[in-house]
Amino acid sequence: MSSMSNLLAAREQMAFTLGFHIVLSCLGVALPATILIANYIGLKKDDGAAMELARRWSKAMAVTFAVGAVTGTVLSFEFGLLWPQFEHRFGSVFGIAFAIEGIFFFLEAIFLAVYIYGWKRLRPWAHFWSGVPMVITGIGGAFSVVAANAWMNQPQGFTLDAAGRVTDVAPLKVLFNPATGYEVPHMILAAYMVVGFLVASIYAVGMLKGRRDRLHRLGLVIPLTLACTATPIQLFVGDTAAREVADHQPAKFAAMECIQKTGPDQTEYLGGICTKDGVKAAIGIPGLDSFLVGFSKNTKVTGLNSIPDDEEPPVHTFLHLAFDAMVGIGTALLALGAWFAFAWWKRRDIPQTPWFLRAVSVSGAAAILALWCGWIVTEVGRQPWIVQGYMRTSEAVTEAEGIWFSFALVLLLYAGLGTGAVLVLRAMSRRWREGGAEDVQSPYAPQTEEVA
Amino acid sequence: MSKADAAAAILWVGATFYALFGGADFGGGFWDLVAGWDERGQRPREAIQRSLTPVWEANHVWLIFVLVVLWTAFPAAFSAIFTTLYVPIALAALGIVLRGAGFAFRKSIVGLRERRAMGATFAISSVLTPFFMGAVVGAIAAGKVPAAGNGDAFSSWIGPLPLLTGAMFVASGAYLAAVFLVGDARRGDHELERYFERRALGAALVAGAFAVAGIFALHSEARYVFDRLTDQGLPLVVLSLLCGVALLAALLRGRRRPLRPLAAGAVVAVIWGWGVAQFPYLLPTSLRIDQAAAPDPTMTIVFIVFAAAAVVVLPSLALLYTLAQKDLLESEH
Ligand code: HDD
Ligand code: HEM
Ligand code: HEM
Repeated sequence: MSSMSNLLAAREQMAFTLGFHIVLSCLGVALPATILIANYIGLKKDDGAAMELARRWSKAMAVTFAVGAVTGTVLSFEFGLLWPQFEHRFGSVFGIAFAIEGIFFFLEAIFLAVYIYGWKRLRPWAHFWSGVPMVITGIGGAFSVVAANAWMNQPQGFTLDAAGRVTDVAPLKVLFNPATGYEVPHMILAAYMVVGFLVASIYAVGMLKGRRDRLHRLGLVIPLTLACTATPIQLFVGDTAAREVADHQPAKFAAMECIQKTGPDQTEYLGGICTKDGVKAAIGIPGLDSFLVGFSKNTKVTGLNSIPDDEEPPVHTFLHLAFDAMVGIGTALLALGAWFAFAWWKRRDIPQTPWFLRAVSVSGAAAILALWCGWIVTEVGRQPWIVQGYMRTSEAVTEAEGIWFSFALVLLLYAGLGTGAVLVLRAMSRRWREGGAEDVQSPYAPQTEEVA
Repeated sequence: MSKADAAAAILWVGATFYALFGGADFGGGFWDLVAGWDERGQRPREAIQRSLTPVWEANHVWLIFVLVVLWTAFPAAFSAIFTTLYVPIALAALGIVLRGAGFAFRKSIVGLRERRAMGATFAISSVLTPFFMGAVVGAIAAGKVPAAGNGDAFSSWIGPLPLLTGAMFVASGAYLAAVFLVGDARRGDHELERYFERRALGAALVAGAFAVAGIFALHSEARYVFDRLTDQGLPLVVLSLLCGVALLAALLRGRRRPLRPLAAGAVVAVIWGWGVAQFPYLLPTSLRIDQAAAPDPTMTIVFIVFAAAAVVVLPSLALLYTLAQKDLLESEH
């Protein structure tokens, strides 16, 4: 048996590498559409600023895509390196979604290359259309991976023999398990929110520094509109997700809402510290939790007292705060969107106060934080299970020694990777600002200027 | 052919594509590494960069394809390999990260010193990654991976056959890359053409030498594979040999047209020869294909995905390579 310490190291490494990759994969999912909108405006209205934005964003994507591809590859290796028993037992079930994902990865990598390197030599509309497959493959890729994760939360579509081996598989039931219905749209919308707010926040910072040209305004308005459109739908989907979790993963729900005793008329707590005797230092709204779950104060909600101790998720306070942070950020971003929409409706312009730009300039980081919090709720909330009800994470982990060492190495490596990516992107943006014409080459471009 | 055998064939097709295209990408990194200091290495480096730039990302996906098909169709083999050979596998993964990052960053980083560091990272990891992948393959062929997994973490791959296989992977990647680059340089640059011709010749000889040494190592370490390679697998070995000889002849006579198909033929024949020699084992001689196989419906999905790849991905790849060959993909400066 492997030690608990090894298990902890493996979990930390998995969480860290996933948390890193997910930000880049959001860019892979949602940046193509953002770029194509700018490209379309540029072509239709012969708008040079919009074209320039599309060109710049596609060059930035060349960098983020490369980092996304290598960190994604690490994840694939980790399934075998960290969780070999999970693959051994359920690879034939869980792998189905990833096999399909392979097609999307291929097409994404191919059309991304055609689009990014086709700026100069392809005809403008042909070039535009070469980018459209990226939008579809991004969504398809997110569907496949998240369907695999949804299956871990609500597994179905397989039969086990007495020894616990998978003997039959129903692929459609695996792919379209009940959690797919809310996890997949929730993740795709999250990707659009992260990308929209993130790109907008970059231009908001520029405008706060006094750069108010058309390029900056468009660079703010296009992605912000996209993100603000996704936000209300996202809150609706999240709300559905919460009710589904309450029905199907009561332990997760009890931990994230910090419900101690099973029963009706549950209080909704905002913030606070979760203890065995209830929530300390929180704002409590009596009956609201029951109401949110079943639209009535009398809805019975499962509490932690009904969950066997060895099936309870860890770190309740952490889960509870992560959930609150996600919902809180979502609500705040909804308010930001309403402000934007109101000003646009009134005056066809963004709100004029610097406070608006300040708010936009932190919205990108906030959306990423919400994304991480959501994944913490999903993944940590599922513990101790890796496949809810069927396999414990402790049964899945590798017996190999030295996972702490590998985790340390991964931390170092990714620190370099992150720093490198940020430095490269900043260097690109500085060159764009200074020169315009003489621009930094995107990573794969032929070298024109000599190293020596 | 059973469903499991068909899935194994799909796995081998994926591995073949990865060996050809991924292998050539690694080989490009190898020539980058040995191209010489600044001035001298500048022209070949540019050529390498130009040819890798639009395609390495897509070529890399074959690796993901192989991994995913392996764990989906043959989960028992996947976990046995990963619990035994985790050291070289982790080192290969490390190499992949460093390589991708080095390649992507080196262009855009402004400072000369950082650029050099990134370039070196890319080039060195281009050699280490295929070496460790080869060590994994060699260890599997040598029967060092027990079906139950958790084989010895070091002695399983530190031995003559795995290490020789690693070296052969590096050499054959270099050989493929040099041959592809001769073709790329064709458009006008005779000096560069000869430059890569000489290297193709050298790499072919070195890869051939490793292959011969590998046959001896197989004889002593992997008797099952050796016996079948010299029996059922013999036609493929001979085919590979013939391709190699014909390629040498073509190089010496300055004929360029047949270079690419011959180089590819030599490598493909070796991979399928290995496959035939291992059959019906995935892990010789402890785990057979049918013992490791996933249930039938999963295999059906693998076939559907493969068919979709043939219908959608291959034409798209062809489009990408065609655009790249016609110089239509180039970012402006
Ligand atoms: C921009 C990001 C973002 C925002 C604003 C929200 N979420 Fe979220 N949420 C995610 C990003 C996210 C996520 C990271 O994408 C998760 C992780 C797994 C998943 O499917 O989506 C997630 C998971 C997740 C789960 C757990 C699902 C599970 O365990 O299967 C619930 C219950 C909610 N969300 C609920 C909400 C509610 C009620 C929100 C607002 C009112 C909300 N989310 C806003
Ligand atoms: C366990 C989780 C995951 C694994 C094993 C994984 C695996 C991978 C792999 C192997 C790649 C590289 C493919 C290439 O070379 O082109 C990749 C890239 C990518 N992944 Fe992930 N991934 C995971 C999670 C996610 C999630 C949750 C999403 C999206 C919602 C996602 C979306 C993407 C996208 C869009 C790319 C393309 C590269 C990019 O755009 O940067 N991945 N992933
Ligand atoms: C991409 C966003 C994701 C993030 C940020 C994320 C986060 C996490 C976290 C925090 C853990 C550790 C749980 C703990 O230690 O208590 C974890 C574990 C894990 N996740 Fe996820 N997850 C993501 C997506 C996925 C997807 C899409 C899959 C599979 C398809 C997946 C598979 C796993 C596995 C296999 C583990 C290890 C076992 C476990 O601890 O449950 N994750 N993830």
